[in-house]
Amino acid sequence: MRIIELNESITDSNDKDAEALRSLLKAQGTFLINIMSSPGSGKTTLLERLITDLKEKHKIGVMEADIASDVDALRIEKLGAAAIQAHTDGMCHMDAGMTQRALMAMDSKDLDLVFLENVGNLICPAEFDTGANANVMILSVPEGDDKPLKYPLMFEKSDALVITKTDTMSYFDFDLEKCKERVLRLNPHISIFPVSALTGEGMDALEEWIEKHM
Amino acid sequence: MHELGVVFKVIDNLKEVAAENGIEKIDKVKIGLGEVSTVIPEYLQDCFKWAKRKSPLVEDCDLEIETIPAVSYCEDCGKEYPTVEFAKICPSCHSEHTYLLRGNEFVIKEIEVP
Ligand SMILES: Nc1nc2c(ncn2[C@@H]2O[C@H](COP(=O)(O)OP(=O)(O)OP(=O)(O)O)[C@@H](O)[C@H]2O)c(=O)[nH]1
Ligand SMILES: [Mg+2]
Ligand SMILES: [Zn+2]
Repeated sequence: MRIIELNESITDSNDKDAEALRSLLKAQGTFLINIMSSPGSGKTTLLERLITDLKEKHKIGVMEADIASDVDALRIEKLGAAAIQAHTDGMCHMDAGMTQRALMAMDSKDLDLVFLENVGNLICPAEFDTGANANVMILSVPEGDDKPLKYPLMFEKSDALVITKTDTMSYFDFDLEKCKERVLRLNPHISIFPVSALTGEGMDALEEWIEKHM
Repeated sequence: MHELGVVFKVIDNLKEVAAENGIEKIDKVKIGLGEVSTVIPEYLQDCFKWAKRKSPLVEDCDLEIETIPAVSYCEDCGKEYPTVEFAKICPSCHSEHTYLLRGNEFVIKEIEVP
């Protein structure tokens, strides 16, 4: 019997794949945004709005990562953007390898802006680098302003936080200032955008941020 | 939360190591698991048991899990404290300006081969 020491972190190989994917994206001129949130926070609705507003200027694609079903991909295709359904085979997050395979399958070379709608879940997607150029988290008003306290990692890993469904603010006890303060304490570099995908309020600032980073 | 995904990753890594070292069977793999890694040891064992049957390299392999205690650091008073018991709030000075020093890792420490 022989013992072989490895001391290999499980995320190391994914980190390598993610870096490789970022170089590839850079070389082909595609900007990939990973969107993370809990189920039903409004990811697809926000994407529908972004596509409507940006499709004249950019070639946009969307990768819908779901455990099953393709309803979200169909909603995106209706708007004329390229869409692909990446089934995660029961997995609770996308990793860099899965992201790369989905990108290749949708022929992303001609696209300059691609969104990955990650699996709805505030825990696992935060732990695996997908190789995206930017990580954007969505928190909707009905979920509550205490989420930064309960799921700190995702707030720490995100470049931008979109606080959606602000049109429902008067029905909930969501304290926007308190929420911002909690988020900024976890991540002082994060950009925060309160928006309503329903009314379109606040979308300008978010779209400006996306175009500036592309 | 993502035990199955993690198990697939572990087996992939083991396959790579085996290929590099000409190993055909692994008897045991030892994993270091942080207390706050979001991976639950019992689920990890179950998923490993299920997944290992699919690969001759690990079909008889045991999984040993070693817990790595989670420790946080307080920026205001400079003390360390156990994260699981006190979470974000420092027990010495009640500050919230604390961060995790260790305890969220998932490491393949070593393997045993015949
Ligand atoms: N009032 C209001 N409702 C919204 C807004 N954005 C989304 N919704 C509603 O929230 C519900 C969920 O929206 P989706 O966009 O499907 O959410 P999702 O995050 O893509 O959901 P999953 O993919 O299932 O995780 C729908 O009923 C939307 O109409 C918003 O800004 N304001
Ligand atoms: Mg959706
Ligand atoms: Zn302290």
